[in-house]
Amino acid sequence: MRIENHPILGAREQLPTVLIEVDGQVIEAVAGEPIAAALVAAGRMVFRYTRKRHEPRGLFCAIGRCTDCMMVVDGVPNVRTCVTPVRAGMKIQTQHGLGQAKGGHDAND
Amino acid sequence: MQTTDLAVVGAGPAGLAAAIAAASAGVRVLLIDENARPGGQLFKQIHKFFGSKDHYAGTRGIDIGTRLLSDVEALGVEVMLDSVVWGIFADHTLGVIRDRRNVRVQAGSICLATGASENALAFPGWTLPGVMGAGAIQTLINVERVLPGKRVLMVGSGNVGLIVSYQLLQAGAQVVAVVEALPRVGGYGVHAGKLRRNGVPILTSTTIREARGKDRVEKATTVVLDERWRQVPGTEREYDVDVICLALGLTPLSELAWMAGCQFAYIPQLGGHVPIHDEDMQTTVPGIYVAGDLAGIEEASTAMEEGKLAGIAVAQALGHLSAAEACRRKEAVFKRLDELRSGPFGEARQKAKTRLCHPAVEEQSAPRPRPGPKHSERQG
Repeated sequence: MRIENHPILGAREQLPTVLIEVDGQVIEAVAGEPIAAALVAAGRMVFRYTRKRHEPRGLFCAIGRCTDCMMVVDGVPNVRTCVTPVRAGMKIQTQHGLGQAKGGHDAND
Repeated sequence: MQTTDLAVVGAGPAGLAAAIAAASAGVRVLLIDENARPGGQLFKQIHKFFGSKDHYAGTRGIDIGTRLLSDVEALGVEVMLDSVVWGIFADHTLGVIRDRRNVRVQAGSICLATGASENALAFPGWTLPGVMGAGAIQTLINVERVLPGKRVLMVGSGNVGLIVSYQLLQAGAQVVAVVEALPRVGGYGVHAGKLRRNGVPILTSTTIREARGKDRVEKATTVVLDERWRQVPGTEREYDVDVICLALGLTPLSELAWMAGCQFAYIPQLGGHVPIHDEDMQTTVPGIYVAGDLAGIEEASTAMEEGKLAGIAVAQALGHLSAAEACRRKEAVFKRLDELRSGPFGEARQKAKTRLCHPAVEEQSAPRPRPGPKHSERQG
């Protein structure tokens, strides 16, 4: 959910938006914001499932340290979505395990 | 290879202040930060700072950040963003990853202002989406203007826990409770008072026991602790929440200082292992300085003053400032630091900082820490 009105920061600026694709679903993102912010704003909290126990993980530290928010972005696995800005047309996928690199084999095997 | 008189690692309040203090005296400064934007955590701080006018009191962190950035620009400090300093080698050489390439930077002096990372707490369910660090929440609500949930349980009543709870209210969320394992509130009364006036209960001697939910947090269970930190059976309380926020203190980001061979002291009041430094903020390795949370967890206001000390000291060492002028500038900083480190909270930090400048033998160079759960242990 976007915070439209804020007692200190005022009304949210109308910033340019871009469209990104998340697991096949098109969502609107604010240009330049981290992928993670766009996903949380769209109500998506699960970013990946772990390799051994297939447990869900989402945004945790938001400063690029914990690696919980890694997803497959434009075919590249293990991208830290909290420090990677959105770009128009970006394709983002929920990551399973260590992800599968484009043209490569599944790192889970 | 790039060369500079002073390389500052970290463009938060401490690093910005160090760069400004050195550059304004004529030192050639390179400021390096791994983020796309400088300012560190300042731009998340939408509350007004304390202290006197000299400490930017009454000014919000975001406005302080804007002012420091314009100073850096006006002074011609070179700023290298999206650049990770991954190594520190002999002769003050830094290894920097920039655009996926390795760049070497040869610096006359180095000021490490790497800041801190948040402490985590492991409890059943702590890995569920919706359990987040207070810094993450602050970034989302104050910088990105995204609200991750509607009902929040805050764990920890230090200043960060209290301030972020209030900022969650400002952002339109409900804070169901703040739980604090200690028998007393950790942060300033003024912050706790704002929450109480808004009907947020602060439950001391209480901690989180469990988070539950299918694919994200749906429920949190809290439990009361006795005077020996044992859970008291029958005191469990369940809350419907979609976010659990962890505000459990910070640990200095000290990897580069360890790598440089700096001696450390273990001082719990300052966040754990902290590089030993003198009043110029110089570590036990000549030419390597520290400032801000890396030099002991405190606040943005003290971090800026420490950064200034390091910047002045480097300018003096390079002959840009006379001993008398450097002394005059440092005295002004010491005076402001004394004011910032007064009061019940400040005095404890003042004592701890004094121990850090003059550590007892048994505190020095303790073995490398094995802290509690790390973020990286959430892999599963």
